[in-house]
Amino acid sequence: MATPLALRVFESRARVYRKVWRGSVFTGFLSPVLYLLAMGLGLGQLVDQNLGVDELSYLTFLAPGLLAATAMQTGAGEGAWQVMAGIKWLKTYEATLATPVNVDSLVYGHLLWSTARVAMVSVVFAVVMALFQVTSLGPSLLAVLPALLVGLALAAATTAFTSRLESDQGLSSLFRFGIVPMFLFSGTFFPIEQLPDWIEWVAFLTPLYHAVELCRWLALGSEPVVNPALSVAYLMAWVAVGTFLSVTGFRKRLRV
Amino acid sequence: MSQPLIQAFALTKKFDDFTAVDGIDFHVDEGESFGFLGPNGAGKTSTMRMIGAVSPSTSGELRVLGMDPMTQGTELRGRLGVVPQEDNLDTELTVVDNLVMYGRYFNLSRTVIRERIDELLEFVKLEEKRDAKVNALSGGMKRRLIIARALINNPQLLILDEPTTGLDPQARHVLWDRLYRLKQEGVTLIITTHYMDEAEQLCDRLVVMDKAQIVAEGSPLSLISEHAPREVVELRFPVGVLEAVEDQLHSKAKRAEILPDRALLYTDDADATIAEIHGDGLDPETILVRRSTLEDVFLRLTGRSLVE
Repeated sequence: MATPLALRVFESRARVYRKVWRGSVFTGFLSPVLYLLAMGLGLGQLVDQNLGVDELSYLTFLAPGLLAATAMQTGAGEGAWQVMAGIKWLKTYEATLATPVNVDSLVYGHLLWSTARVAMVSVVFAVVMALFQVTSLGPSLLAVLPALLVGLALAAATTAFTSRLESDQGLSSLFRFGIVPMFLFSGTFFPIEQLPDWIEWVAFLTPLYHAVELCRWLALGSEPVVNPALSVAYLMAWVAVGTFLSVTGFRKRLRV
Repeated sequence: MSQPLIQAFALTKKFDDFTAVDGIDFHVDEGESFGFLGPNGAGKTSTMRMIGAVSPSTSGELRVLGMDPMTQGTELRGRLGVVPQEDNLDTELTVVDNLVMYGRYFNLSRTVIRERIDELLEFVKLEEKRDAKVNALSGGMKRRLIIARALINNPQLLILDEPTTGLDPQARHVLWDRLYRLKQEGVTLIITTHYMDEAEQLCDRLVVMDKAQIVAEGSPLSLISEHAPREVVELRFPVGVLEAVEDQLHSKAKRAEILPDRALLYTDDADATIAEIHGDGLDPETILVRRSTLEDVFLRLTGRSLVE
């Protein structure tokens, strides 16, 4: 039977990854450990002194949000330099499109692979979270689901963005002015209610905020501010629009 | 008679308000090797991309292997091999991995791919580079690897877009030799090039494209005999003299071309022409007689001015 075209693209990305996985698995494990140690336990000790008895420890508050933020960042990374290489530096997309693979399948396969990368990072993160006894393994793993969604949303959005760039300078700007501020101000490290009103609105509109809320809800059972169904729908809308704009971007850029 | 492998009528490609290919007609028969000649920007690559079912045509008709590239792209691409103008190998991977990956795009089984790889690496003489990273290959080796990659699915039709641009003479000859063998095995080749020697070596028939249109068609020999007299007399004069004798030279040949450094006289009988020149008391510094080439035809048809 013929393998679906998108899966053939997925397989080829996996083949490239096989050559470099050792380094990336190590970082995937080390970075949540370091973050949770430094922010959760180190900074957390200072924060917890100001808390009432029955409030969450800072580590517990932080960990699920950090899961979402890490997934978001991983997804964004998948849609950036690699896409630039495929379109422009190595022109491997051109080579792929000379085979039975078409533009739609190329985009779907790429996003599928990006989601797999987010899954690897998120599952490791969830395990580390359970090791730090933030919550048990079950709820930790449940929180991987919204992490996947936000990872995919960002992978699609950055892929669409990158396909319209002439050089990678735009990517540095995207990370400096988009991804990093979103990482810091979308409710991962502190509730967005503490922000000035207008920034709170901006934070509320980021996909990451909704993923953080969902992850906290699933991992800790905390009362969500927004109806979870709405948050999921909002993230799915990002995925849909991002995917659509990736396809149109590829089509225009690769002149097909 | 069997259907041509490729048939195009009034084929047109526009990008916004720029016309890259302007209503061209051509056909390519099975087993033929067919060339598209033309300066940069003449529309060769756009035509290749339409034949390769990568880029949709704006208007006109095109059938490739009896299929419509617009609606049967996936099926059609499965039976084509494409050698692009620029190298687009995955440089992070080894030679073998590039081939395996490509074979998987065509949905070939791993066993089939493994067998094909052995054959193909032998064919392009890269057996010893099997496990080398692509980064470490020379330009000629990369081109050969791209040819091997394009053959992984046993294509009926191989599309080569400037296959030897940028290669040194040795590497070009190795590549021509391989392409010639493919042709003997019955693979239909389509080649774009702006190297005339390449076209003369490889093409049974060719079209010359200029400014999005086909300006001539035929075999290399018929094009030469049709568009250029048999011989060319190249004359050099001392500085300043050439301008003075320009008019005289024009009367000596079927066609004369006065270039900044020399004059070219196109004639059917070079000896007679030279005798006439001496008879007129003209005394060129050097006289060179050569046969007309495809290059003369090409320059005649597409002009001498630089295309940037």
